[in-house]
Amino acid sequence: MKPVTTEKTAREKTAPQRTGTGGAPAGTGADGPSGPAPARVRRPRRLGGAGAPPGGTLRTLRPLPAVSLRYRPRTLAAAAGCLFAALAVGVLSVGSGEFPIGPAEVLRTIAGSGTPAQDFIVNELRLPRVIAALLAGAALALSGAVFQSVVRNPLGSPDLLGLTQGASTGALVVVITGGSSAALAGGAVAGGLLTGLLIFALAWRQGLHGLRLVLIGIGVMAMLTGVNGYLLTRAKLMEASRAVLWLTGSLDGRGWAEVTPLLIAVTVLLPVTVVGCGRALRMAEMGDDAAHALGIRVERVRLVALGSAVALASFAAACAGPVAFVALTAPQLAKRLTKAPGPNLVPAACMGAALLVCADWAAQNAFGARQLPVGVVTGLLGGGYLVWLLARQRRAGRL
Amino acid sequence: MSVTEPSPATRSTTPAPPPRPPAGRPAGARWALRAAGLAGALVLLLALTVLSLGFGARPLTAAEVWHGLLDSDSAAYHVVHGMRLPRTLLGLLVGVALGLAGGVMQALTRNPLADPGLLGINAGASAAVVTAITFLGVTAFTGYVWFALAGAAVVSALVYTVGGGRGATPARLALAGAALNAALYSYVNAAMILNTVSLDRMRFWTVGSLASAQTDTVMKVLPFIASGVLVSLALARPLNALALGDDQARALGARPARVRVASIVAVTLLCGAATAAAGPIVFVGLMVPHLVRALTGPDLRWMLPYCAVLAPVLLLGADVLGRLLGRPGELQVGIVTAVLGGPLFLYVLRRRKVAGA
Repeated sequence: MKPVTTEKTAREKTAPQRTGTGGAPAGTGADGPSGPAPARVRRPRRLGGAGAPPGGTLRTLRPLPAVSLRYRPRTLAAAAGCLFAALAVGVLSVGSGEFPIGPAEVLRTIAGSGTPAQDFIVNELRLPRVIAALLAGAALALSGAVFQSVVRNPLGSPDLLGLTQGASTGALVVVITGGSSAALAGGAVAGGLLTGLLIFALAWRQGLHGLRLVLIGIGVMAMLTGVNGYLLTRAKLMEASRAVLWLTGSLDGRGWAEVTPLLIAVTVLLPVTVVGCGRALRMAEMGDDAAHALGIRVERVRLVALGSAVALASFAAACAGPVAFVALTAPQLAKRLTKAPGPNLVPAACMGAALLVCADWAAQNAFGARQLPVGVVTGLLGGGYLVWLLARQRRAGRL
Repeated sequence: MSVTEPSPATRSTTPAPPPRPPAGRPAGARWALRAAGLAGALVLLLALTVLSLGFGARPLTAAEVWHGLLDSDSAAYHVVHGMRLPRTLLGLLVGVALGLAGGVMQALTRNPLADPGLLGINAGASAAVVTAITFLGVTAFTGYVWFALAGAAVVSALVYTVGGGRGATPARLALAGAALNAALYSYVNAAMILNTVSLDRMRFWTVGSLASAQTDTVMKVLPFIASGVLVSLALARPLNALALGDDQARALGARPARVRVASIVAVTLLCGAATAAAGPIVFVGLMVPHLVRALTGPDLRWMLPYCAVLAPVLLLGADVLGRLLGRPGELQVGIVTAVLGGPLFLYVLRRRKVAGA
């Protein structure tokens, strides 16, 4: 969903920029005098990341003479804001429940100086669930951002490419054979990874191409949906209801045993994806030829990035189930906040964590006594959001 | 043929073929080939129909099937009329409906991924059915029809308006469909989690099956599917024009907005009725048009009839295969089409460059 920028809006935006902050070369260091300028050239708020000028200002931070870090203030602020929101709601979520605990108490207990009762409730019962939400949200969103960047289509998220369906197939097999919940997670990871491998193998033809990957992913997904439906009819009713709960995506009763594998996966794969592939993926969005000319090994980067995206989605599904819509919407929401080009990996991950934590909090608290699985909330919210987005863009005459 | 032209060296007694135009086969020969192909497909469909009637716990020969159909004193009469005829007829109807719906949708959205499942229409029908089961206590199979139709209608209208109405683009339609799809399935899942009765019914309905077909069901969906078929076949020519872009289509005398609305109506009728009767069978509408396009090219005047014949071939074949493979029980037809159709779809994708991929 890349809104086409009309010539008019493009001119509107480039013109004031030349006279304003954009004119000052990035990284000149002392920008004291240019303080009032941004207020004067403030752009009208617009929807759609791609319609905005690419990325806003670039700044450079030089903590040491030999080190320079380039960043976009807006991107940094967006990521930090999402992360803060995610952690804040996480603390609230840990504090809420049958025994409410204040945010300050929660923080103190996490730090290790609470009463034994608080320690048990917070650290053993509620914290794993919140951490699972944070990590699964971040992992799904990161995976979605990578896929959407490679496929160059907002629909190219792991939920639509059959990866989460594959994870579900693995999990269903375990449920039907009466396996434990640890085995279920293992089955989900195995199913997701195998599906990813299958899709790559089928789509590979001198490289991975966007649309072919989507089409093949959809073919694989359709097959797996059939298999999953069959497995569900083979289960006893009790097992089937357990399976459906898992298939919807639920964080209920997650303990450290379920969270630890995801924690390890994220710790390993997040740096690989963000540091190893982030910049190259942004370059590759300009087109394969341009990226090649800039010295990017497009195919290798894609393979690494997609491989870790598959693994992230599989581990997230193993812990939380195939939660709908986080992988699809979080990268797009992040993009709208940062207005920066490229996959926006870090802001997307922060946004995903925030989304899933909020959705889980809502699932536990917003529907009265009845607790819903988190996947229902993300599905309804995500669907509503996309519909609203499409309606807004239609009114604005975009897309 | 002019005299000055050297006559082609022919040894046969048949008249010499007309000189080939530079591109492809001559129009007449192409027409004949396509017509022959369609006739062949029809014969295949007939054979599968007989097979579907004859195959089961008690296999019948073709002659027995014939007697069973016509002669009420025949030993096979009850088997054929009671169970296999409704099932086969339903398979035919659902197949025609899904194939045509897929063809019309892919033409309308110019999107190779368009499918009743992907644009959320199956999900709309499913959501309506789960509502009927959970909150209204509908148990009769024929009661689903109305709910599924209403659900499909609401969702296709919603996809169309949200997706942009007059100025709908393929990407926006697909996005609107995906959005509604996910939201509706969340609702379906929520209903199934909160209510075990719904879960127990829905899990068998959602895989797609012809097993519980009754004459009543067939008669109830027949008018919807028949009118859907008529509308879609009438749309072949205007949709062809629309493929050239809205301006060109207008220049050719088509009215893009009207064609789109009519297409949505046709797809709703076809999918709603098919889904109500057999559950959401996702794969047929996606795959058959792709296969057919490989045979006929993009001309919808050929594509749609081929879809209408080959989709039931696929569906009946899958149903018979499901009965064969799942003995003593059976595999539901939706599962067989998915598992069978998947590799075929992937093969077509890999062999042909679909949409530049």
